[in-house]
Amino acid sequence: MENKIIRIASLEREFSVGIETIHALKGVSFDVLEGEFVTIMGASGSGKSTLLNILGALDRPSAGDYLLDGTNVGTLTKDQLAGIRNRKIGFVFQSFNLLARTSALENVELPLMYNAKVSPRERREMACQALETVGLADRMGHAPNQLSGGQQQRVAIARALVNDPVMVLADEATGNLDSKTTLDIMGLFQKLNSEGKTIVFVTHENEIAEYSNRTIVLKDGEIVKDYTNQGRQAILD
Amino acid sequence: MTVFNLSKIAVKAMARNKMRTFLTMLGIIIGVTSVITMLAIGQGSKQSIQEQISSMGANMIMVHPGSDMRGGVRMDPSSMKSLTLDDLSAIRRYAAQLSALSPMVSSGGQVIAGGSNWPTTIQGVGEDFLMIRKMEVAEGVMFTDYEVKRAAKVCLLGQTVAENLFPDVEDVVGQTVRFKNIPLKVIGVLAAKGQNTFGQDQDDVILAPYTTIQKRIMAITHIQSIYASAESEGVSEQAEKEITMALRASHSLADDEEDDFNVRSQQELINTFSSTSEMLTLLLGAIAGISLLVGGIGIMNIMFVSVTERTREIGLRLAVGGRGRDILSQFLMEAVIVSVGGGLFGVLLGLALAYGMGNMLDWPVVVTNQSIVISFVVCAVVGIFFGWYPARKAAGLDPIEALRYE
Ligand SMILES: Nc1ncnc2c1ncn2[C@@H]1O[C@H](COP(=O)(O)OP(=O)(O)OP(=O)(O)O)[C@@H](O)[C@H]1O
Ligand SMILES: [Mg+2]
Repeated sequence: MENKIIRIASLEREFSVGIETIHALKGVSFDVLEGEFVTIMGASGSGKSTLLNILGALDRPSAGDYLLDGTNVGTLTKDQLAGIRNRKIGFVFQSFNLLARTSALENVELPLMYNAKVSPRERREMACQALETVGLADRMGHAPNQLSGGQQQRVAIARALVNDPVMVLADEATGNLDSKTTLDIMGLFQKLNSEGKTIVFVTHENEIAEYSNRTIVLKDGEIVKDYTNQGRQAILD
Repeated sequence: MTVFNLSKIAVKAMARNKMRTFLTMLGIIIGVTSVITMLAIGQGSKQSIQEQISSMGANMIMVHPGSDMRGGVRMDPSSMKSLTLDDLSAIRRYAAQLSALSPMVSSGGQVIAGGSNWPTTIQGVGEDFLMIRKMEVAEGVMFTDYEVKRAAKVCLLGQTVAENLFPDVEDVVGQTVRFKNIPLKVIGVLAAKGQNTFGQDQDDVILAPYTTIQKRIMAITHIQSIYASAESEGVSEQAEKEITMALRASHSLADDEEDDFNVRSQQELINTFSSTSEMLTLLLGAIAGISLLVGGIGIMNIMFVSVTERTREIGLRLAVGGRGRDILSQFLMEAVIVSVGGGLFGVLLGLALAYGMGNMLDWPVVVTNQSIVISFVVCAVVGIFFGWYPARKAAGLDPIEALRYE
């Protein structure tokens, strides 16, 4: 049996806006195995980000169960959720979200600053290693404004990797990049996946989904398709 | 998260926006600088008043005629005749805690020597007077009890008088001066004492036996005031009581009658003036404290703006595992670093300003450790107090909304 990183069952999420209730997720169930590269697709407003935020322990479901690496996330307190985000999850955002006027190295170190178990020396080593993994060993001292968009996203990916998470979550991580750079970044995700990282990637572009090995399609808060990509595209770095 | 990581995060976040950090600090810097400077000036004036009053005499107790009248017309005390030599003997007999005792009669007028003359005051006193007033003889000798009994025509000149009457004379001792036509032989010159607290020249004086002044110059039998020294500071109060009792007995005052004399000690004088300058210090400190408060409000204001401006940063920190309390601590830490750092600058600047002003304007300034410690503690408290609310706001942000914030 392969290890199930994510198990969600009948996941629901409602938002109250005034007197209206918006059902962003209406009973979503699926599992993600260790080492899978899953893309979540769907039209705008279909609930992709809502789902990813719950997967990333940034948000809690209104109903349903979510087991992350054996932990029932639905029952955790705010601080425990922060701990989960810090130890088990790596997040990559569409808009990079790097700290301005801060070197790449220090940006990557950030998650470890919130982990008292990591000494300053270990922190530096781990951050260097993560930057090497994303191919930015020679840009460690550069601030975000001295880096290209693709390089900035690589720094953000290094930051997502630095705590050795059980899975990396990305929300439209290539949304701000041109097609050539998008290819680079997808290649990097594939490389990470081939090294064993579980990846969940939200996108609304079909081509991008083709680089993953499984695609889940959402529509109005429900799964309408869940299929394995037979003809998975490989990008060779 | 460790305190070390926390301070590192806070310092880095502040270093990322040095101008904002500096401007926030500025309010505190100005506040603390003014607190330190104002307190230094206040304390300085207090101390110099105390020193000057102490230098006026040794545990001195003064008796003047007249009562502490509440309302009603007050007579010029020097024209009252209620103190006599009998009172002096009464005090000598009853007040055991005194180490020195001297009457005083004084008269103003022109003193003449050869071609020059000088307006001054001649004080008729006893031999003990020098000790009571902490005066010293620079040249020559003090008159003795024997000369007092004889009402000898001798005197000692203060430095100012000596200089003005005998500008060219080497040896003033042995010269003769005339006061109201009475020739007085100069047997000594007093050591310089300088100005007192009230700006009077303490060297513009002539001392002579009180008997001489009473009989030969003023033709009176009463005395104008009595000066005494208590044996020590501790018995000063007791000595004052004994003097009062002796005088009441000697004046045969009934129990319900008020004193017709006035006993005051140097200590009381110090206390009176100290409390005045303490008020001044308090007032100056309060004004400066208000500017510190304004500085604190400045911190709060800029922190609020900064929390809004840094919403995405906060969102990111939450997303990578920062807990609410980590964010709270970071912002509090930033506020405390700003205020304590501003406090440090302020203390240095305040010291420089206080001593610089003291030097330039010739003001006495005293910087107490206490005022430094207090400003520092106040700074930290201001930082925590005014940083708390914005920090709470930052910590309460929802990570998703914070990340999405434009
Ligand atoms: N905080 C919120 N309050 C109210 N409604 C919300 C909130 N967040 C999301 N929604 C609603 O939930 C639904 C799903 O939103 P979600 O952001 O998950 O869509 P998405 O699939 O990520 O869309 P996009 O591709 O445009 O990013 C939308 O109808 C949205 O309006
Ligand atoms: Mg979205």
